Amino acid sequence: MDYEILRLIWWALLGILLIGFAIMDGFDLGTAILSPLLGKTDLERRVILNTVGPVWEGNQVWFILGGGAIFAAFPALYAASFSGFYLAMFLVLVTLILRPGGFKYRSKVEASAWRTFWDWALFAGGLVPSLVFGVAFGNLFLGVPFSYDSDLRFHSDITLFSLLNPFALLVGLVSLSMLVLHGASWLNLKTEGVIQARARSVMPIAAAAFIALFVLAGVWLTQIGAYHITSAIAGDGPSNPLLKTVSVSDGNWFANFGVQPLLWISPLLAIAAAGLAVLARRTPMLAFLCTALVPAGTIATAGFALFPFLLPSSSDPNASLTLWDASSSKLTLEVMLGAVVIFLPIVLAYTAWVYRVLRGPVRGEDISNSKTAY
Amino acid sequence: MDVVELSRLQFAATALYHFLFVPLTLGLSIILGIMETVYVMTGREIWRDIVKFWGVLFGINFAMGVATGITMEFQFGTNWAYYSQYVGDIFGAPLAIEGLMAFFLEATLVGLFFFGWNKLSRVQHLGVTWGLAMGTNLSALWILIANGWMQNPTGAAFNVDTMRMEVTDFMAVLFNPVAQDKFVHTVSAGYVVGSVFVLAISAWYLLKGRHVELARRSMTVAASFGLASALSVVVLGDESGYTAGEHQKMKIAAIEAMWETEPAPASFTLFGLPNLKDHKTEYEIKIPWALGLIVTRSTDQEVSGIHQLVDHAKLRIDDGLIAYRALQQIKAAPKDEAARITFEEHAGNLGYALLLKRVRSDIENATPDDIQMAADSTIPDVPVLFWSFRIMVGLGFYFIALFALAFYFSAKSRLDKYRSFLWVCFLTLPLPWIAAELGWIVAEYGRQPWVIEGVLPTHLGVSSTSVGNVWFSLMGFVVFYSSLLIADLYLLQKYIRLGPDATLGHAVATPSNAALQAGE
Ligand code: HDD
Ligand code: HEM
Ligand code: HEM
Repeated sequence: MDYEILRLIWWALLGILLIGFAIMDGFDLGTAILSPLLGKTDLERRVILNTVGPVWEGNQVWFILGGGAIFAAFPALYAASFSGFYLAMFLVLVTLILRPGGFKYRSKVEASAWRTFWDWALFAGGLVPSLVFGVAFGNLFLGVPFSYDSDLRFHSDITLFSLLNPFALLVGLVSLSMLVLHGASWLNLKTEGVIQARARSVMPIAAAAFIALFVLAGVWLTQIGAYHITSAIAGDGPSNPLLKTVSVSDGNWFANFGVQPLLWISPLLAIAAAGLAVLARRTPMLAFLCTALVPAGTIATAGFALFPFLLPSSSDPNASLTLWDASSSKLTLEVMLGAVVIFLPIVLAYTAWVYRVLRGPVRGEDISNSKTAY
Repeated sequence: MDVVELSRLQFAATALYHFLFVPLTLGLSIILGIMETVYVMTGREIWRDIVKFWGVLFGINFAMGVATGITMEFQFGTNWAYYSQYVGDIFGAPLAIEGLMAFFLEATLVGLFFFGWNKLSRVQHLGVTWGLAMGTNLSALWILIANGWMQNPTGAAFNVDTMRMEVTDFMAVLFNPVAQDKFVHTVSAGYVVGSVFVLAISAWYLLKGRHVELARRSMTVAASFGLASALSVVVLGDESGYTAGEHQKMKIAAIEAMWETEPAPASFTLFGLPNLKDHKTEYEIKIPWALGLIVTRSTDQEVSGIHQLVDHAKLRIDDGLIAYRALQQIKAAPKDEAARITFEEHAGNLGYALLLKRVRSDIENATPDDIQMAADSTIPDVPVLFWSFRIMVGLGFYFIALFALAFYFSAKSRLDKYRSFLWVCFLTLPLPWIAAELGWIVAEYGRQPWVIEGVLPTHLGVSSTSVGNVWFSLMGFVVFYSSLLIADLYLLQKYIRLGPDATLGHAVATPSNAALQAGE
């Protein structure tokens, strides 16, 4: 296959994997944030935890696979972003490693201090990654300060505080509200009675917050200077970010949408799906499908706007990483594409089977009678 | 400490932590599969309870395996950015495939293992358990293909246009002989860990006279599975030694504290005191011929000593410098065909020239003294390797003896007759972990100063991040991991003390009671 096409396919696959992560792991991050707020008693909290108890581990692999796929397909991006966002990444990792304990250890000891501790650990394990992923995305539009030497060694002046600028924080809140909405929608589907009612009442608030923040971020984005490749683009050239020139123009990040108006479907999808989910919340399955489309539309919007950039550099724009010059070799992209084509359908098939086996709401009495429940 | 040392320390600490939980997952998942197969074939309820009880302990451990694994996956990017940039084209692929093929399988099925008992038929549940075991073992395969490539980087070449290593032959990476040997040795080590775990805790129950039915049956499974695994660890460990002898001669020489080449066939040093100052090993007790046989499979090939290997490294550094200079010319004039040809001819030794970067930054102008220093830096830490290896090997033979006895007693139904043997079984509990951790120290510390053998020195692999950042994350991981480890150990001992009856909510041994609960 053509190197240029392969790179495009991998750019799209990266988006699909990120969307897969936001949909699958997104609802358990959202659920974990909502658990201490919606569960008033220990039993209610346990019901909430057990809606995701059997599936969160599988969902988390979407996150791990996202990391692995970036490593394999865009190694320069993997190296630059994770070492550049060092402390942000550390925060995410630390809160994520609390989650296994939160699910598996929490209910194995009676003491209420122990349980409360894990409830808040899970809350942090939901809140921090949801926010940080959004903040990271926000910074992509602004560009972050980094450069390469002639050995392609990456140098950066990024600090945790430089990442926490107002625009990026706004995008962080977009991401947070999106996942809270998705989590509430999941609880609406998997619980009954009071918890369901509470989750249902969260949905309109989360959806309204999401729509407002998303639109606000879009308006703000029109004011942010976009990056453009000014040299000729060699789609099948060597993966070396130092061979091109880039300018920061007065145009904005919506240029791609001007070229291809069909792209407007993605932001409209995100907004419409959030609205529809609220309207459809008495049909939980339909509402859940809608809230799953919200991250799909949102991430696609960001990806289309940034295209072909992956990580723009504000201090040395020529060193920005794009999908044309940060990818693996042709052979690696081919082999990995083969692996995805074979294994992803298998993964989706057994994941679907597991959800079918576990279908139906989680009830309080299931948990008080069970020795294995979390 | 500088960023290099701190990053190494952090990697070592997090990997050694991760590998406290990994081998138990590897071993217990197979043991659970075996036990559940017995249940499905015999239909006896007690076997289902046995699976459920060990399953609870499995779950507590599995959570920690996942928690510590996530850090590992991202640490290559956070702390080893230049490494990721330089070899990601090859190294990233097995990691991603591991996620697709193995992590998804194990992590998706582990939920059903716990929550699926009354939602699935017996055979379906058995399928889930074996799928879970397969997932964990496949994950070991892929990560060890990645790690094997670091020890023996085949099927890849440096590309001057992208300034990094790129894959040239994917099959060579996949069927790397080092990776194959590592895989079998490491999973067998995991099976030994799982077997000792079950054996030791069952022995403790027998000593206390509790849960005798469960303990005796568990012990039988552990003894037979453990014996097979312990045999395979030793046989395949020997195989690892053979492949390391082929590809990492310096590691073998250091393990042996062998300073000078010995005439063939080399003898194996059973005991000795490596003296670093005079480059000698004192008070040696040797077994004639043994090393020659292990490392070369012959009696007429010699095994190289450290001094000879250092001399050889000097030649490679000289040759690598030619490649390095050509590379600088290409950077200045990308179209310089003559320089490209020179580079290709000497590219195999580029990594050796990079060793000089530790000595001076303008390595083109290296003096003979600089080259000597760089060549000397290829000697790993001899005493640590020497002793770690001997303790691991000693434990390997001890496990064979232990399992052989346990197997014999259980075949004769005399397990609970010898209290002192039961005590030995119980006290063996920590030993397989010690062997496994020391094994990694031999493999990884013995690879120094390389992060990719012969290709990239460790000190160049790090990220350009600040000392403060790495201190902060290192301390953070130590604090978080240690607290999690305490919680994990607390819960494990809590459930072991509670025992199966209280854990499952019914008495395990009485058939009528178990039948009553069959619906649960
Ligand atoms: C020989 C086996 C082996 C080795 C050397 C490693 N691992 Fe591991 N890992 C496993 C065997 C394993 C496992 C048995 O599959 C685990 C342990 C317990 C578990 O839950 O799965 C696991 C879990 C695990 C997870 C969580 C998976 C999940 O959510 O299910 C990740 C992301 C990693 N590992 C990544 C790594 C990386 C990047 C390593 C190298 C530096 C590494 N592991 C070394
Ligand atoms: C879980 C089992 C493992 C253990 C216990 C382990 C142990 C260690 C130790 C002790 C070090 C430090 C060596 C030193 O700095 O002196 C190290 C370094 C390292 N290991 Fe491993 N290792 C494991 C698996 C792996 C695997 C599977 C990979 C690759 C896929 C790997 C890649 C590395 C890297 C990149 C370093 C840092 C560079 C270096 O110091 O050499 N390790 N490991
Ligand atoms: C006679 C017994 C044994 C021999 C000859 C042996 C040999 C070896 C050798 C040569 C290595 C280094 C391979 C390399 O550098 O790439 C190694 C590594 C290792 N050993 Fe052993 N070993 C023995 C017993 C054991 C036992 C009992 C365990 C644990 C229960 C164990 C666990 C490991 C592990 C986890 C590694 C690191 C992974 C690897 O490199 O394969 N070994 N062993």
